[in-house]
Amino acid sequence: MKSAVVQLPGLNRDRDMIAALTLISGKAPVTVWQTDTQIPDVDLIVIPGGFSYGDYLRCGAIAARMPVMQAIREKAEAGVKVLGVCNGFQILLEAGMLPGALMRNASLRFVCKEVKLEVVNAETSFTRAYDKGQIIRCPVAHHDGNYFADTETLKTIEGEGQVVFRYAAGTNPNGSINDIAAVTNRAGNVLGMMPHPENLIEAAHGGSDGRGLFASALDVIAAAA
Amino acid sequence: MTLPNDIAITPELIASHGLKPDEYQRILDLIGRVPSFTELGIFSAMWNEHCSYKSSKKWLRTLPTKGPRVIQGPGENAGVVDIDDGDCVVFKMESHNHPSYIEPYQGAATGVGGILRDVFTMGARPVAAMNALRFGAPDHPKTRHLVSGVVAGVGGYGNSFGVPTVGGEVEFDARYNGNILVNAFAAGLAKSDAIFYSKAEGVGLPVVYLGAKTGRDGVGGATMASAEFDEQIEEKRPTVQVGDPFTEKCLLEACLELMATGAVIAIQDMGAAGLTCSAVEMGAKGDLGIELDLDKVPVREERMTAYEMMLSESQERMLMVLKPEKEEEAKAIFVKWGLDFAIVGKTTDDLRFRILHQGEEVANLPIKELGDEAPEYDRPWTPAKVAAPLAADDVPQADIVEALLKLVGSANNSSRRWVWEQYDTLIQGNSLQVPGGDAGVVRVDGHPSKALAFSSDVTPRYVEADAYEGGKQAVAECWRNLTATGALPLAATDNLNFGNPERPDIMSQLVHAIKGIGEACTALDFPIVSGNVSLYNETNGQGILPTPTIGGVGLIKDWKRTARVRFAAQGETILLAGAPAGWGTHLGQSAYLRDVHGRAEGQAPHVDLAHERKVGDFVRALITEGLATAVHDCSSGGLALALAEMAMASGIGATISTPEGQDPIAAFFGEDQGRYVLTLREGDVATVKARAGEQVIALTAIGRTGGETLKLGTARPLAVEALVSAHEGWFPAFMNGTAA
Repeated sequence: MKSAVVQLPGLNRDRDMIAALTLISGKAPVTVWQTDTQIPDVDLIVIPGGFSYGDYLRCGAIAARMPVMQAIREKAEAGVKVLGVCNGFQILLEAGMLPGALMRNASLRFVCKEVKLEVVNAETSFTRAYDKGQIIRCPVAHHDGNYFADTETLKTIEGEGQVVFRYAAGTNPNGSINDIAAVTNRAGNVLGMMPHPENLIEAAHGGSDGRGLFASALDVIAAAA
Repeated sequence: MTLPNDIAITPELIASHGLKPDEYQRILDLIGRVPSFTELGIFSAMWNEHCSYKSSKKWLRTLPTKGPRVIQGPGENAGVVDIDDGDCVVFKMESHNHPSYIEPYQGAATGVGGILRDVFTMGARPVAAMNALRFGAPDHPKTRHLVSGVVAGVGGYGNSFGVPTVGGEVEFDARYNGNILVNAFAAGLAKSDAIFYSKAEGVGLPVVYLGAKTGRDGVGGATMASAEFDEQIEEKRPTVQVGDPFTEKCLLEACLELMATGAVIAIQDMGAAGLTCSAVEMGAKGDLGIELDLDKVPVREERMTAYEMMLSESQERMLMVLKPEKEEEAKAIFVKWGLDFAIVGKTTDDLRFRILHQGEEVANLPIKELGDEAPEYDRPWTPAKVAAPLAADDVPQADIVEALLKLVGSANNSSRRWVWEQYDTLIQGNSLQVPGGDAGVVRVDGHPSKALAFSSDVTPRYVEADAYEGGKQAVAECWRNLTATGALPLAATDNLNFGNPERPDIMSQLVHAIKGIGEACTALDFPIVSGNVSLYNETNGQGILPTPTIGGVGLIKDWKRTARVRFAAQGETILLAGAPAGWGTHLGQSAYLRDVHGRAEGQAPHVDLAHERKVGDFVRALITEGLATAVHDCSSGGLALALAEMAMASGIGATISTPEGQDPIAAFFGEDQGRYVLTLREGDVATVKARAGEQVIALTAIGRTGGETLKLGTARPLAVEALVSAHEGWFPAFMNGTAA
């Protein structure tokens, strides 16, 4: 499986993401720049974390309007998997590719810590390596991860299995409604999540709970097990 | 407001530039005429304490700065130390004290930005940051506001830039009420054959301005940082710069890309005194003149004068001497990253620093003398003042359990989680140990087993009681913390924060602390490779506690063989390594006296440097051989606090034997130096004890891990959970305004 990592000025977990994809798939991802209007033929496009354009406007708002996003939207509509982590999640929301919104953390402070996640839906192409109800460890590092959706949207995403991870065991770090940590689009091929699975994939990280996500998305579950 | 260049130079104007009458006379002698207004500004920027080190230079020269691994010592943007395999670590620590007191968020943020720039200017990608923060008393009305702003500023800049903050210190003392300390450390990785320096070479080559545009922010900042504070401090707010971590991140990527093309001859970041300092530095080091045309400088405000442009401290800017044939290639990189790229001048062969503005020559000064002929003072200092020892019959008693609970939940010994959870400690995916242990540990990217350890240390109350011993202790504790992870300490950076050096008692602290630092660095083979001096840390005549912060770097050959603070398992033997034969004796200046009894008294503990080294080498070997299962240095709070921290980090309790024939208070809370607490598997105890015996190192088995309580001698058992609750509780309660 081939993957691509989007690089925008101000994103800063691109190197972490490239390292994770390389380690797990054995192949380095291609990189895509802000002005690219064509995306190479890949199976997975990842928008990593960071502070695109400084996040001086609403987080992800400027990035969502860059030329590269139109190309990503077209790929997503054609069924290519798209993963947005942290700032990537914010960008996908601002681009209208996922439901809901992310607000400033309830504490009003940046938070970097390890949380627990419950796998709510283990049938997406991003979570097949996990079991439904499984609790995994995962770090978070963000200032604006407080997920919100109106009642109607919430009812839909909860009913359609679009909520993929929930903060578990009282570890909700940001005040997200229904403890939501990750959501997909209706089709299930676009996933946005605040936590950073790419920072928990090897012994040096003190665990590898995040590996399953990449193994699922890159279709290398057996190899990564 | 615009200021013409022909403004009359009056004694008042000279004084407001921080120049003394004899210093002004020196200027007249040097140039043989009255300086223009812009020239006066340039002299004030180059000759203030912050840039010229005029009070400290004589003493800084005495520090050991060389060693087999030192590639670059003090004098460049940062120190460079060899870590084998053609890799090197580039690091420095620098203060941003005055700006952070005036405007905590931006002051702290630009402190972080400045130190990161120092590191990547040399061609290194930043991989770790630390912050040593010192605030006033918790109950001082400004303290919470300052803590909140400084921590948010450190995080706001570092998190966005993308460097993990892996260590630091946070301390409270009323002596910092009017003058907080923000000491920012950064380290980066580079290849030893691809280090970039500030020395310009070649005549007639383009001087290029890179990065963000120049505004009026920070005009006169370095002069402000070299003055004491008084009630009019709010008026100084405009001298604080505003940080833009997004631009800095782009500047990092653009600079590293540019350096890889081979286009860069010399590069210097614009820090204190901006364009002035960076241009003079590049020219003077290369024995070249520099001519700048200010009409070419990218600006973001209208009608800026030459004076303002030369003294602006706008952030995220660089100056570079470029190979002319690479200009187009270089420019393309900066356009790609959306940054300014402008040729603003050239190198010349006449050793003049010439500034043109709107067709007029507004400054023409001898470039070498601007730096080299800066005043240098041998300021008078009083003999060392050493606090009186604590009388033997003056050791206040307390219930051990109550005292320990009070210590772990006190302002200065409680958990700093509230602080470091606002810093991204994990970005880059190489953080092996994050704050909360003895040192931060970061894997060397691209190498299968190598890692670096980082620690920042000083115990200001010791330095106040005895500047010489306190200086030694700051170095020793840093060395000890690195050692406790299994790292071999390589080199250090010093950030010397003191009061007004024109007062002989303050100068005495500076002189004796430097002597202590020098002696310890020599004895421990731990050279100082970079640093910064921050003087005039006073408000209304009240100086801060003398605070020479030491930031150290250590090398770990195999990160699988490192130690952590937490107890590793139940049923292991706990040992105390180091003299005096285990149990503590020294309570002078201890955290116990200060935090339990409110007394800052007694002598600072003595550091026996030969012993320090011997015990450290012994403990490090136990770690790298995989024998020691947990290690923690014994510092503030003594054995009791060290054990409590090991228990809290693991959730595993411990039972400690009764110190026979000793005062349990001194045994558990004494702060004798050169000691480590470690654990061994039962089966290894005899071998390790025999080895200690051969090396004549005190190693006493003092107890066993296990259970859910910490039991110190005859004291009643204390639930680890109760310790955790007290330890974690103070900081959030303080910031919520509900601390007791």
